[in-house]
Amino acid sequence: MGLVPRVTFTANLRRHVDCPSADVPGATVGEALAAVFARSPAIRGYIIDDQGALRRHVVAFVGGEAVRDRVGLTDAVAPDAEIAVMQALSGG
Amino acid sequence: MDDILVGTRKGLFALRGTEIGRPSFLGAAVTAVLQRGRTIYAAVGHGHFGAKLHRSRDGGESWEEVAAPSWPPKPTDADDKSPMTGAPWPWSLDQIWTLEADPRDPDALWCGTIPGGLFHSTDGGVSWRLLRSLWDRPERKRWFGGGYDFPGIHSLSVDPRDPRRLLAGVSCGGAWLTQDGGESWSVASKGMFAAYMPPVKRDDPAIQDPHRIVRCAGSPDVLWAQHHNGVFRTTDGAKSWSEVTIKPSSFGFAVAAHPRDPETAWFVPAVKDEMRVPVEGALVVTRTRDGGKSFQTLRAGLPQKHAYHLIYRHGLDVAPDGQTLAMGSTTGALWLSQDAGESWTALSRDLPPVYCVRFAT
Repeated sequence: MGLVPRVTFTANLRRHVDCPSADVPGATVGEALAAVFARSPAIRGYIIDDQGALRRHVVAFVGGEAVRDRVGLTDAVAPDAEIAVMQALSGG
Repeated sequence: MDDILVGTRKGLFALRGTEIGRPSFLGAAVTAVLQRGRTIYAAVGHGHFGAKLHRSRDGGESWEEVAAPSWPPKPTDADDKSPMTGAPWPWSLDQIWTLEADPRDPDALWCGTIPGGLFHSTDGGVSWRLLRSLWDRPERKRWFGGGYDFPGIHSLSVDPRDPRRLLAGVSCGGAWLTQDGGESWSVASKGMFAAYMPPVKRDDPAIQDPHRIVRCAGSPDVLWAQHHNGVFRTTDGAKSWSEVTIKPSSFGFAVAAHPRDPETAWFVPAVKDEMRVPVEGALVVTRTRDGGKSFQTLRAGLPQKHAYHLIYRHGLDVAPDGQTLAMGSTTGALWLSQDAGESWTALSRDLPPVYCVRFAT
């Protein structure tokens, strides 16, 4: 297999659910995350709401930019991209 | 004495006797708990990462995550907005607010949530089903949030004579009753009135704000409601409700019903809605033993000076013996009474803000 995106999760999530970094195929954020959830179904509900969108207080960065389509998760990802799933800081 | 579970903003604490054991889920909000024998369910809110449900089969020694209730896909053409605020109803779990078990089948669970969903599990929380029969009622869209952006179901009471009969309490959406295990529903808050609404809406049963509804298990047609602007009691299984007046205030969140005596219930009054603190800074519990005709104000052991504790709607519970009560406050105090509320002992004054206190059954 050639280069594929890498998905990483904030350390704060590791307290709650096993979520190691994963190298997964996917041309969009949604495809890459779906590949992660296929391996580790327990992670999904921590990241995604009941309607399939990113949770209101979760943010995903692709190459340092926050994803634009938080509902459809259609942002493209390059084969060597890193998708970083973080908390959206709110409050102080 | 029975175990007591205390869900707080920063974890779950279990009491065995009067000793507080080591916390579970430290740092996370525990918004609802249910213990039947050695099985415990804990609703855990992670803030950023959502609401989850955990189950222990060994009295809290170890935990496993089970499924959280979840909404089906929202129809893209759904015109599903709050008429009061115009905000679209989220079809997504925000908070698990109450958990109840069928008395005859410990794996059959009911769950009430924010937004106002009612869910049923027949497998101990491994899977959940949204009751569309209630969710799809046209009145549901008119429910509105009280203290939260969206309404929620905080009280679920299974009739011990027939578990197909279930009453749900909604803030702000009244009381709802099913006689057939959730196939069909009727609104069951006739007699409640809403002082916070325009006069024409005052008696609308589907916009009432019962803060908490509890049932006398030994006399199941008797239920008590601590409502936003008063206390109401029914003696006919929620066909009709009558107002009960309490001094020093009829405002509050919590109510506990005696497990056998339909005339006895406990409340924790506070200054009404815009204040939400004890009257004159003195925390009291009020108790009736005559069906609400008269009340005793119980103070012994409770702070009587500069006490600004609020008791949330799940923050007061009575044990099956009808004598032992536990109460937890927003200031992180936990009290126990072993004489039906006459006197109280502080077990802690230093816990995180308490969301729910519950005896094992």
